[in-house]
This record gives sequence, C-alpha cells and structure tokens, in this order.
Amino acid sequence: MSEVFLWDVDRKAALSGLITGTYLGGEREALSGRSVLIATQGQLATALALIELDGVVRRFVICPSDVPAAQLPSIIATAEIDGIVSDRAIPGLGELVRGPCIAPSRDPEPSAGEPADRFATEWVLLTSGTTGTPKLVVHTLEALTGAFAGRAQPLAGVVWATFYDIRRYGGLQIFLRAVTGPTSLVLSNLEESPSDHLNRLAQCGVTHISGTPTHWRRAIMNPAAKVFQPQYVRLSGEIADQAILDGLKALWPHAKVGHAYASTEAGVGFEVVDGREGFSASLLDAAHGELRMKLEDGSLHIRSDRVASRYLGEAAPALASADGFVDTGDMIERIEDRCYFRGRRGGIINVGGSKVHPEEVEAVINRHPKVRMSLVSAQKSPFTGAIVVAKVVLNGSAAAADPAAVAQTESEIRQLCQQHLARHKIPALMRFVSSLHVTGAGKLARGHA
Amino acid sequence: MSDGTKLEAMSTRATIAAEVEQIAKEQNKRLAPLADDLILLDSGLDSLCFAILVARLEQRLGFDPFSAAEDVYFPVTFGDFVRFYDEARQ
Repeated sequence: MSEVFLWDVDRKAALSGLITGTYLGGEREALSGRSVLIATQGQLATALALIELDGVVRRFVICPSDVPAAQLPSIIATAEIDGIVSDRAIPGLGELVRGPCIAPSRDPEPSAGEPADRFATEWVLLTSGTTGTPKLVVHTLEALTGAFAGRAQPLAGVVWATFYDIRRYGGLQIFLRAVTGPTSLVLSNLEESPSDHLNRLAQCGVTHISGTPTHWRRAIMNPAAKVFQPQYVRLSGEIADQAILDGLKALWPHAKVGHAYASTEAGVGFEVVDGREGFSASLLDAAHGELRMKLEDGSLHIRSDRVASRYLGEAAPALASADGFVDTGDMIERIEDRCYFRGRRGGIINVGGSKVHPEEVEAVINRHPKVRMSLVSAQKSPFTGAIVVAKVVLNGSAAAADPAAVAQTESEIRQLCQQHLARHKIPALMRFVSSLHVTGAGKLARGHA
Repeated sequence: MSDGTKLEAMSTRATIAAEVEQIAKEQNKRLAPLADDLILLDSGLDSLCFAILVARLEQRLGFDPFSAAEDVYFPVTFGDFVRFYDEARQ
C-alpha cells in the first residue's frame, strides 16, 4: 500500500513515521498510565498524539484550541489530569497539573519502542455547547470506531478530508476512519482562507469529505469549490435541509451525498443516502443491528454500541437511561413514512403559546435560490411573549444588489414562508447581514446551549 | 407646513398606518378604516399582528415604547396608539 499522510497547511506527517518514531521525544514513557490533557494549537499535533498515546495512557482529554483557558482548571480537576501534551502558551497550566508536560516535536525522532504496560485508554471529548462549561464525554475506541470497524478495505485512491476540527466528535470520526483505513486525511486549519483550503483539497486529491451543513453552505458558494470533484460528500452535526442536499447534488452530480446523524453522546446513529431530508420511519420501527431508536415526547432516543460510556465528574448526570437510551434532545416530526428533524428541544421559541423551531423556519428561507444561509431567533414581544425574527445572508450577486432588489427578495422569501409555515412561524422581521457567527464546531452560533 | 411638531406627528401616524396596512395584507386580515377612534380590538388585527407591528416599528423608528414604559400600558384606540409612539419619540 502506498504511503498514507496526514496533511496540514505547511507540513504533512507520514503514518509510517510512527512505527519507529515518536513526536513526543523520549518522554512518551513518562505519560504511561496517566490521565493526559492534549491541548495543542493545531490539529496535526493532536492527531499524532492520539495515535501514539492510545493504549499507553489511562485516559486522554482531547481539547480543541478554541476552548477558553478559563475553562481548563475545571476540566483538569474533573478529569484528574496528571500529564499534558501541549504546544500552547497557557499561563499557569504547569501549576495546575502535577506531572510531565510535553511539547510535541515537529518531526519524528527515533523511538525507544512501545512502553510495556498497555491500557484500555478512555477517549474523552468535550461537548460544544455555546454556553456554560463543556461536559466531558467518555468513549472507548471500540465505540468510536463502531460505525466502520471491520468493514471492507477502502478502495484504492481514497483521500479523506473534513471541514470539522478532528478534536470534535464529527471530525474525530473522519480521523479514525482515515487512520484505521488507512487512507490519507487532509486537515482543516483556522489560519487558511476558505479559497486556499478548497484549492488544497483539490491538490491533495480529496475524494471523500465531511462537514456540517453550515460548512457546506459556505463552501459551495465559493467559486473555488468547483476545482475539486469529490466522490462522496457527507453532512452531519446540524439538520441537512433539502436546499443544501440539492445544492451539493447540483454542484457535483456524480458524487454520493449522504447526511449522517451523530452526536458526541449518542455516537453515530445512521446515514441517509437517498438524497432527501429527514430519514425513513422504518429506522424507528425495526432493529438495525445494534441500533435502536424511539421517539419520546418528540425527542429522538438512541441506543447502540456507539453510545458514549458516561460523563466524567462526580456530580455529572447519567448520560443514558437505565435501559441504555440516550435522549438526544433533537425533536422529530413523523409524517407518514418519513421523520423530519425540527430542531433542538432547548431552542424552541414560544409565540403566544405556539411553538416554533428556528431550524424549520431556516429550512424554508434557505429554499430561496438567492439565500446562502439564515439564522432564526426569538425577539421579546409585549403582545405574544416572543416573536420570530431572522437574519439572512444572501449569496454573492444578490448581496451586492441595490435596496429595491433586496426588498424584492425579502418579499419573495416572505411569500415562500407564507406557503409553507403557520403564520406564527413566519419571521416578523428579516435583517439582511453579510455573515453569521459560526462556532468552533462548525455550527451556526445560537443563543441557547 | 411650518409647524414642525405637527409634521412629526403626521409622519409617525403615516408610518404606523403604512405598517398596519402591510401587516393586514400579509396576514390576510380585513382591516377597519384607521380612524383615531377605532378600537384596536375591533381593527381586525390580532395579538400576533400587534407583536409584528411593534417589532417593525422598533426597527423603523429605533424605539419600542412598550418595553420602555415603566407601567404596563396598552392603548385602546388607534389614536391612543399613535399618541403613545409620538410621546415616546419626543
């Protein structure tokens, strides 16, 4: 098999370099059996540390670079961290942790060989809620690779990429697919422009690629998207509406477009490849291998061997019910033989007693051909408690249009909403903005957790 | 028209009337003629329409007298409604 690489912007690492080499110097052995915080600036250093330390340490906590330093003390205490792999300058970090602190090297050095003791390493991920401290979610490698382990060998020439940070669940899935394949993987990098990134995907010959619907909405409006020809396009992490599925299919008619349901806690649920939004209700009715799904009070509950083990911390709530189901908080509406994602339970807007999921309104707005993306939220009202308002990003040429043309577009969007939404769900106000804030996890930043 | 106060009052009224008519059209509501003594509850607009109206007026005029008011006050007639906005504007 040809050499397999992890590609970053300015360097690449060959997986074969880890057979006889180490990026952790002669100090890897010092981490044996410890609980280790991996908090590197870039994704590549974390990727290499994960490969090197699985089986060597008792536990590692995978910390994305956008986690605020103020949250580290509680993470360190909760996970009983006694070792660090970091190249970041985090003031006071050394004083919080009794144990070795290792800065990974840029190039592999000769390794003294594997440490003698082996551990079933706990893989700990941080949840990406927009408010409060993140929860620490414990997985095993078996659970993390359960969606693809033991499958057929990858076809020759597959190169994976993901817009996700591999330190988040969605990105970690792609990282593990690549290294267990093994196939090469192109990593994203915050310091790279979207156009440069798309060009790099083409240069590296990427064939398989994943991201959130927000990632994809931003990518397909970029002229550079046309330079590469993926064979497989995957969406996850947010609701994939029909507009983005159709948009991807129009741009790459020969690619397989699939949307997957997964969460940090529930693991990978299922993948939908029929090109339609939502999923077949038969998934609820029947057992599919280990996977069981049910609706309770409209929320999707999942049980499978990919579900996380538990939350870390003495006061942490139970991650699953006594019978092993995780309540995802993702609200589902079943219409005949199809189930549709309507939004997060915590995100519901109450308009005079009638409920609105922001995502269902966004899905309608996004159908307008001039709309790139939208964000629906609540605004307080003295008459109904709250009303629905929307921020809308138009695509390139429409955004530059004169005010009269924008007013015409607003009127068309309003008509679209009137055709498809109950009246309390139609945005009372629409503001046209140039961009929307996106979280480090690649999702639209919403006001609620 | 030399009376600046009067001009401002008229423009507030015209602004509100235009928004009310637009909302009634969007919401398929049959709107009563907008006279000063029109009782708002008889106008043909429901509470969702008023919620939309107040939000749009805030966007257009830059203020919302309902959330700014210390006391809970709901105008009874269309004339009261216009006066409420006029007073908040000054």
